[in-house]
Amino acid sequence: MAEVEKPELVTAVDEAALEATFQARVDAETRVEPRDWMPEKYRKFMVRQISQHAHSEYVGMLPEGNWITRAPTLRRKAALLAKIQDEAGHAAYLYSAAETLGTSRDQMLEDLHSGKAKYSSIFNYPTLTWADIGTIGWLVDGAAIVNQVALCRTSYGPYARAMVRICKEESFHQRQGFEIITTLAHGAPEQKAMAQDALNRWWWPALMMFGPHDADSPNSEIAFKWKVKRQSNDDLRQRFVDMTIPQADYLGLTVPDPDLKWNGETGHYDFGPIDWDEFWRVVKGDGLCNRDRLDARRSAHEDGAWVREAALAHAEKKRAAKSAA
Amino acid sequence: MTTRKEWPLWEVFIRSRDGLHHKHAGSLHAPDAELAIQNARDLYTRRSEGVSIWVVPSARITASEPADKDSLFDPAASKVYRHPTFYTIPEEVTNI
Ligand SMILES: [Fe+2]
Ligand SMILES: [Fe+2]
Repeated sequence: MAEVEKPELVTAVDEAALEATFQARVDAETRVEPRDWMPEKYRKFMVRQISQHAHSEYVGMLPEGNWITRAPTLRRKAALLAKIQDEAGHAAYLYSAAETLGTSRDQMLEDLHSGKAKYSSIFNYPTLTWADIGTIGWLVDGAAIVNQVALCRTSYGPYARAMVRICKEESFHQRQGFEIITTLAHGAPEQKAMAQDALNRWWWPALMMFGPHDADSPNSEIAFKWKVKRQSNDDLRQRFVDMTIPQADYLGLTVPDPDLKWNGETGHYDFGPIDWDEFWRVVKGDGLCNRDRLDARRSAHEDGAWVREAALAHAEKKRAAKSAA
Repeated sequence: MTTRKEWPLWEVFIRSRDGLHHKHAGSLHAPDAELAIQNARDLYTRRSEGVSIWVVPSARITASEPADKDSLFDPAASKVYRHPTFYTIPEEVTNI
């Protein structure tokens, strides 16, 4: 629901009591709903996380949009279009969820366009070949699923509900990608080489999608306390690696990590160090496509302004005509 | 940047099958009711999730106050006699 009441002035004592009640409800696994009292810090934290997530879905359409007109078959084109349309839907669900916290959609878009708000840095990498589209579905949506399944039980009700809906839709995204890669990996040597090249470029950025190591993740502690998050970045990353390596083996492709090996003792794959310098470079704006992505978003927004204004004017005119009749 | 008016917010309710209630699906922005239904179709029924859509301007919804939860809902908690299990029926009596 849109309506968010202005918090009334409360004394510090009231505030502490309210915060204790809030934490007790969170601890008891009661979901936080829009009109419930919540600490200002929680509200800000959730707006930041949900809007960032929305921006990622929104910007995430761009790398794939690059290949719609060049999809090799009608079947692939229909699937890719449907997937990208889903991502637009995911952005819309999440923007709505963030709006329940009292931030307007326009404000969030402005923060994205000004560069103030971040989005997942994975979308600042270019899609050079058709194999990139398959690899994105397989790895990027695959990693997103691992993250998002973990968020289905997050403490803020509207966010959790958006996640449930999104998770239901994501599975097709990963499968259509895997189908593309399977076709290439089992095709001509040139096709297999293209699939391997895409895996080489996307593997490490996909692992970075889970965020910094827990020790270097300053927000983790409070996120656990508020049950925004329930599993650590490193645990989720490990789950993704464990799920994905057998799939790469099936494809006959090799992940670009000389340190990767099965560890019989832990029952997990060990993998090599992640290049966090690259990660922070891209987060801070110096990835290959940061500028392109923001320019594309800004011009889509600006070029569409007249449509939004005209639609409002038309609605106003119809309303006036109706009340005059 | 010029200040622009945002499209109003609508709450969307979907009947997933005939015979079931409309259920809250989420919200969206649209300039008017007609486009709200169009947008709801695209946003919430891409996989045949519905056979009927209601849209309501979010601003028109009146919600109960979370602070009133106890005074509104506690009275029902003590009225166990509203449930069939409250009553004792002899074992040998059936179909009741
Ligand atoms: Fe998505
Ligand atoms: Fe997706």
